[in-house]
Formats: sequence, structure tokens, C-alpha cells
Amino acid sequence: MRTLHPFHGGIHPPEHKSQSTRQGIAAAPLPARLVVPLRQHNGNPARPVVAVGDHVLKGQMIGAPEGFISAAVHAPASGRVMAIEMQPIPHPSGLPDVSVVLEPDGEERWIERQAIDYRAIDPADLRNRLRDAGVVGLGGAVFPSHIKLDASGLETLVINAAECEPYITCDDMLMRERAAEVVQGIAIMQHVMAAREVLIGIEDNKPEAISAMQAACQGSGFEVVTVPTLYPSGSAKQLIKLLTGKEVPSGALAPQVGVQCFNVATAYTIHRAVNHGEPVISRIVTLTGNMEEPRNYEVLIGTPVGELVKVAKPRADTSGYLMGGPMMGLPLTDPGVPVVKATNCIIATSAELFPPPPRAMPCIRCTRCAQACPADLQPQELFWFAKAKNFAKAQEYQLFDCIECGCCNYVCPSHIPLVQFYRFAKSEIHAQERDRKASERARERHEFREFRLEREKQEKAAKHAAKAAQAAASPDGGSGDEAAAKKAAIQAAIDRAKAKKAAVTPQNVDDLPPEAQAKIDEIEERRTHARESAGQAAAVQKSDEGQGAS
Amino acid sequence: MLNALLVMIGLAVALGAVLGFASLKFKVEGNPLVEKVDAILPQIQCGQCGFPGCKPYAEAIASGKAAINLCAPGGEAVMKRLADLLGVEPQPLAAEAARPKPKQVALIDEQICIGCTLCFQACPVDAIVGAAKQVHTVLDSECTGCELCLPPCPVDCITMVPVEEGLNGWKWNYPVYPISDDARKDVEVTS
Repeated sequence: MRTLHPFHGGIHPPEHKSQSTRQGIAAAPLPARLVVPLRQHNGNPARPVVAVGDHVLKGQMIGAPEGFISAAVHAPASGRVMAIEMQPIPHPSGLPDVSVVLEPDGEERWIERQAIDYRAIDPADLRNRLRDAGVVGLGGAVFPSHIKLDASGLETLVINAAECEPYITCDDMLMRERAAEVVQGIAIMQHVMAAREVLIGIEDNKPEAISAMQAACQGSGFEVVTVPTLYPSGSAKQLIKLLTGKEVPSGALAPQVGVQCFNVATAYTIHRAVNHGEPVISRIVTLTGNMEEPRNYEVLIGTPVGELVKVAKPRADTSGYLMGGPMMGLPLTDPGVPVVKATNCIIATSAELFPPPPRAMPCIRCTRCAQACPADLQPQELFWFAKAKNFAKAQEYQLFDCIECGCCNYVCPSHIPLVQFYRFAKSEIHAQERDRKASERARERHEFREFRLEREKQEKAAKHAAKAAQAAASPDGGSGDEAAAKKAAIQAAIDRAKAKKAAVTPQNVDDLPPEAQAKIDEIEERRTHARESAGQAAAVQKSDEGQGAS
Repeated sequence: MLNALLVMIGLAVALGAVLGFASLKFKVEGNPLVEKVDAILPQIQCGQCGFPGCKPYAEAIASGKAAINLCAPGGEAVMKRLADLLGVEPQPLAAEAARPKPKQVALIDEQICIGCTLCFQACPVDAIVGAAKQVHTVLDSECTGCELCLPPCPVDCITMVPVEEGLNGWKWNYPVYPISDDARKDVEVTS
């Protein structure tokens, strides 16, 4: 029996898990329309690689990974691309994002699927294939897995199967029904990362899953560790502490202490991607809460939530839907949002199941939040600083170690929405950091521009100086020959123009009557006269100017 | 008597040498306060403060020649940080700086642009590219929204467009929640 190393704090809310585990996993019906967002993972959204009107096959890549931290997105069913446009996505902002809208043709024709012999190929190559298969962490953070797999000589590989949040049972059902496949996925991870030890942490409220996993792990050397049911033991840092006793330092990543942690459903998708050549196009979603037939369904990514929930028959008094668990879940404002890779659970809410929280009272500094905080922070202080917008101080109190688990909210006798304050403070700090970087860039560009203008000025001045020096070197109007040649050329041009002018003879003057001829002569005379007097006036003016200047 | 004199002179020469060395070795170039003030200013380079850019304004603040409440893009936040840095009382923003504007970038209407190059000569951060008699365009990612390109344009083809709040720049709002009647009474009593 392995000794466990309990983390600080934690709570034990009512579980509500049994209602959705009475029946096995069922396949959700194919919807009439699939909306597949291109941003389903941390990092850069995928770049669309299909055009409107294209026919795509099930599992065909429709969004290619863009940059290092990104993952591919695939068509969940064969059909036609109807649009690539902004569609509502599950996000706290309620803002839409670029999505590919598919109309399934119902034929379910797959792309050519090819299994990979992961022992035969280079780990880097395997990681690239996982990126192209759209494998991301399915525990909720949806961080691209190929990046996390890039660690070798690991001490411990932790498989997170704790599933600590109430209501959610998708990992539980996955392990009960597909334990052998999960274990094959874990074997691939262990191979890639050369982990010496593999620990699978499961909470003791899932005895069926524990026995299924123990049976599947026979002879593999992987150890199934039963951990006490205590929220949030399914948080990566807390589970690592619980199983290995190692604490991941503030601001550091798990591999720095020789551990890496993956969700159990991620292991399953890695198995499907490697041993069957199937990209991530579906996941298991728990439909539960205020529903007649709560159950787990295998759901295609992109299925609109409003359409999906019908299979579990929400009760008439359903007031809304939560994506995720009751502790950290996201209330959906629009039932049209699709199921994404991060969607582990849809809870129908009602006034009875989720009564509105009592009105908040002032903080009485009881520190029950500090006792419950699994990250060992001082939530009451963080609340104080976030409320006063004293972000520097909040960072000093390690605001960014907060995992937003909601334990503090749960125990607060004054019912203050503490986590909302932490989220607000974190996003403000991120925004300030972005602004600071932008202004740093603007400063650099401005300074370079000043430098450039100064340089151009100097270059111009240097050019002028060089010319002036050249002119000074040859005092009599530049270097004699050259100037003379120039003058001659100008004179020649003037002469040419004059000759041309003189050559022009007036037309229609052959048979003029004598009066007309006389008139012309008169005009010509006046003209010459005028020319002469103009010449004299100019000469006088010139001499005047000369006197004025002298 | 002579010994004492020699000791004193020796000491004076030695200490003088140390001080002279230190003044050369640890010489501070320029006013270090300018850098600190400049770091707080938003670097929009708009000149709305009356100085030709953020650095000149920073120099004026550091030498005490300018008030700290002139930066319009920085608004209240920058004014408060400047007050903190300089140890002076916060002041209300100057009238011309008091109207906050949303973040914006310039947009050139390429149908109208005649390629006169005047706008990119005015741009303080070289965020407009183009050449004579070629259509100009704005680099969105570098534009600070200072509006300095607007007045020189002879055909008024530049407009300022507000930057839309995308998912990347989205922020959580300050939490607003109902407080209980008892708590409200407490507030009323104490206030």
C-alpha cells in the first residue's frame, strides 16, 4: 500500500454521481448541423484548410495547427462545409469565434485510417502525429498533449482519473467500459516519455472503475492508487502532491520535479490516434442534473448543446445549462454553443438543484477559506487586494497559484463570490502585461525612427558638404572642361530652338490683299517695338536691383 | 607637529584620490528619473501633452517643468503611478486629457489614397508603409492610435477605427453581486 501525502484543505460537496452511472455509455445521435470551433485548445487557434462547399470525410483535418502551441481540428462526420464563420462558442465572454459549420451527409465515410507502430518511430515524429490528430488534454485545460509529452527520463507519470467534481462521471464510465484501451494509451505515453513509474490516481467513490483498471493493468507495471474522495484531488498539482509527495513549486511546471500528469481520457484518445489512426472527433460527455434520463454519451465534437440535451430529456423546470461541473463549470448563455474537446459534462440546472446563492455579507476575516484552499494561499487577503485593485500586492500573495477551484466560495460564510475576484484580477494583470509589452514595442520603434531621421539628416549634410568641398576645390566655376562642355551644350540647345522658330513660316499668306499685308506689317512692327522696350525695361530693372543689393 | 601634518596631508590625498576615482567610475549618465517616468508613459507618442513624444514629456516631468496630469491616453492610471513615483499628490486630469478614448487604430481608405507620403512622415512609430504614388497601408499591430497621421492627409482618407474586443483581449469584469440587506444597513450606519 502506497503512502499518500494529503494536500492542504479541500472540501467534500455532495457527489450526485450515481444518477448518471446506472446505464452504460451510449452514442449520441448524429445532429443535423455540426459547429466545430477552430479554437478548442490552449494556444493559437487552428487555421482552416477547407473551403465553403467542400465535401469532407469523417476524420479529415479541417483546421491545421498554427504555430508551436496548437493542435489540429477534424471533421466529426462526413458531409459538406456549409460555412466558415463566427459562431457562438462556450466561453465566459459569450463572444463568438471562427468555426467550421458542417452538414453531415449521414454516410459516415471515414478517411483512410492508419495505425502507427509507436515503438518503431522517433518520439518527435510521434508527437507531431498527435498534434495533427488534435490530441489535447481532455481534463478541461485542453493544453496540446504533444508539448507535455516532450519530456524524457521522467521519474513518475501520473494519470489523473480522480474526477473529483460532483456530477461528472465521464472518466468513471470510460474506465469501467474501456479500461484495456486506456491502459494501451498509457503505455504509449510511458514509451514516449520513458517514465520509470506510472501511477493512476482514482478516487475511492469509483470502485467499479478501480477494479476494471486494476484488472487491465495486470502485468503492465502500472499502479492503480486509490485516493480518498476530496475535492479538488483531480487538480494536477494537488494529485501529484497526493501521490508522490512532491510539490510543484510556484510558477514551475511538473516536469521540473520529474513528474508529468495527464487525464485518463487523454490516454484513451492517444490510443485511438496511434493504434487506430482516429483523430479526436468525439468525446464522452455526462448529461446530468435536472434530467429524466441522465447518462453518459459519446458525442461528436461540434454537436450543439441545445440539440444534444434532448436525448437525456431535461425536465420542464430546467432553467439553464452548465458546461463542466458545479464548482468550476461555465453557465451557458446560448444553447446553440457546440460541444468542444473541453466539454466533459452538461448539467441541467433548476431553481431546486441550484438555488441562487444567498446575498453576500461583508468578509469577517474568519479564514475558513484559507483552511479550505488546496493551493495553500490566503484567499481572504487575495480577495482584499483584488477588490482594491491592488494587483501588485495580489501577485506578491501568489495570485497565479490559485487554481480557481471554488473551495473558498463553497465554505465562505458570507457567500462572497471570491473566485470572481481572482479571475478579474488575473485578467487585469494579463491585460496590463500586454499593454506594457505593446508600449515597450512602440518606444523601441519610436526611438529607432528618431535615430533613422537623425541618420538621414547627417547623411544629407555629409553629401552637401562633399559637394561644397568639390566646388571649392575648382574655383573658376567648377572643373573647367566640364563646365565649358555644359555651357556649350546649353548654347547649342538654345540655338537649335531659335533656328526652329525662325524656320516656321506663317501659312495662308501667299495671296494676301494689300490691306491685310499692311495690317500684318503694322503688327510686326509693333511687336518688334514692344520687344525692344521690354528688353530695355528689363535692363533698367536689373541695374536697379544691382544697386539695391550693393 | 610635522608628523601630524604629514599624516593629515597623506589622509587628505588618499581620500581625495578615492573620491575622484569613484566620481569617474560610478558616474550617472543623464537623469535616471527620466527612464522611470518614461517607463510609465504609454508610448503612444501622440503629443497631446504638448510635448513632441513621450520621452520629451518624461524629461519635462523629471525636471519638474510639466504637470503629471497631461497624458490623455494614459488617463487616471498613469497619472496615479506618476504621483506614486514622484511622491506628489494625485491631480485631476487636465481638461484636454480627461476624455478617455477607446483603443483605436488608423485605417487608410485605399480607394481615396493618392500616395502622397505625408502620413507616414508624420507617424511616430513607422507604422505606415508605402512610397510616393503608391497606396499606403497601416500596420495594425504597430499602430498606437495617436491620430498624428490625420491632419497631414490632403484627401482625408484616414479614419480611426476602434479595436474590437476579441477573445484574446477579453477581460473578466469587476464582480458585481447583490449584498444582503443587513450588510447594506451596516454600510449606511457607518457612512
